[in-house]
Amino acid sequence: MEFLSRIFTIAIASIFVQNYVLSRFLGLCPYIGVSKKLDSAAGMGMAVIFVMTLASTFTWLIHNYILVPLGIEYLQTIAFILTIASLVQFVEMAIQKMAPALYKSLGVFLPLITTNCAVLGVAILNIQSTWPNGDKFNFIYSVLQGFFAGVGFTFVLVLMAGIRERLDKAEVPESMKGMPISFIVAGCMALAFLGFAGLKF
Amino acid sequence: MSAMKEFTKGFIKENPVFIMALGLCPTLAVTSSVENALGMGFAATFVLVASNIFISLLKNFIPSQVRIPAYIVVIASFVTIVDMVMHAFLPPLHAKLGLFIPLIVVNCIILGRAEAFASKNNVYKSILDGLGMGLGFTFSLTILGVIREILGAGQLLGFNVLPSSYQPMLVAILAPGAFFTLGFIMAVINLVKKK
Repeated sequence: MEFLSRIFTIAIASIFVQNYVLSRFLGLCPYIGVSKKLDSAAGMGMAVIFVMTLASTFTWLIHNYILVPLGIEYLQTIAFILTIASLVQFVEMAIQKMAPALYKSLGVFLPLITTNCAVLGVAILNIQSTWPNGDKFNFIYSVLQGFFAGVGFTFVLVLMAGIRERLDKAEVPESMKGMPISFIVAGCMALAFLGFAGLKF
Repeated sequence: MSAMKEFTKGFIKENPVFIMALGLCPTLAVTSSVENALGMGFAATFVLVASNIFISLLKNFIPSQVRIPAYIVVIASFVTIVDMVMHAFLPPLHAKLGLFIPLIVVNCIILGRAEAFASKNNVYKSILDGLGMGLGFTFSLTILGVIREILGAGQLLGFNVLPSSYQPMLVAILAPGAFFTLGFIMAVINLVKKK
């Protein structure tokens, strides 16, 4: 039972209460850059969920079975960013060979993900996060946190794309067009997500 | 004259944050006070200058197919140095910036300057470029920090600057305030540019 309730806590926390984009400020570049069209936003979101889950898996294993036994935790940043960069490269090649149709829809987004700070962010947070009783996240919780962080990212990215498609037809003051109004909209969304901060389990 | 230009372009004309919208995550996350903004700005400036120097020196030895991973390794090494030095000498600031120090690695300004400038120019110009861009970044963070700290806490660098009758607008130092402030600053810049 405790297992299920912890999974539920991770899901709600990463998607709503501590949303990676709107309350932790991770992954803002793709959030502003790829949210002009609904279908490309959905494609980017799927690619991010995929890479985040894989990155959480590998970085947790590397940290606990290579860095910790050798006593070189201070190389964490270098090790993680290299893992993520090579992972993205392999995923790109694998998808291109095995699923060309999927590659057509996700391919263009994959190189962009290496510099998405949400991916490195969730990898580091997996190592730092603890439960209220002081336990560290184990392997399964880390992978799930990666997955739900991706879901939370996709959720707000798709919402933002929906709003921005409508903004095109709205009458916006000349100097607010483009980037400024996107930030104001993002601010309103962050305000709405602030309401979830009261959720407690 | 052209050296001066390399240095000053980061402040206004090619300001990394307000004009090019790069490096947004740390910009919004750490600007809830001026102190954090300055700490983040100087850390990023150091990494930017140091990695620009190294990449400019190594530009003839790095094969172009593997240049991006090579740049990332150089940048990540300097970020690790900054992380350890801050942890040792400025523990309170280190605790406040937290996750965002290792995340300097994926700050697109740094990789962007390495790719667009340091890999094509000599060391002297790359230092000026790194310094200018880094200080431009610090400058933008500080502007955001000043506005948010005054509105949200009525303080500047921890000192009260507004009369005590002022009711702080808490929202300015919370997440939404960051988005609103940046949006309005960008709108003002657009307005000035039109005239």
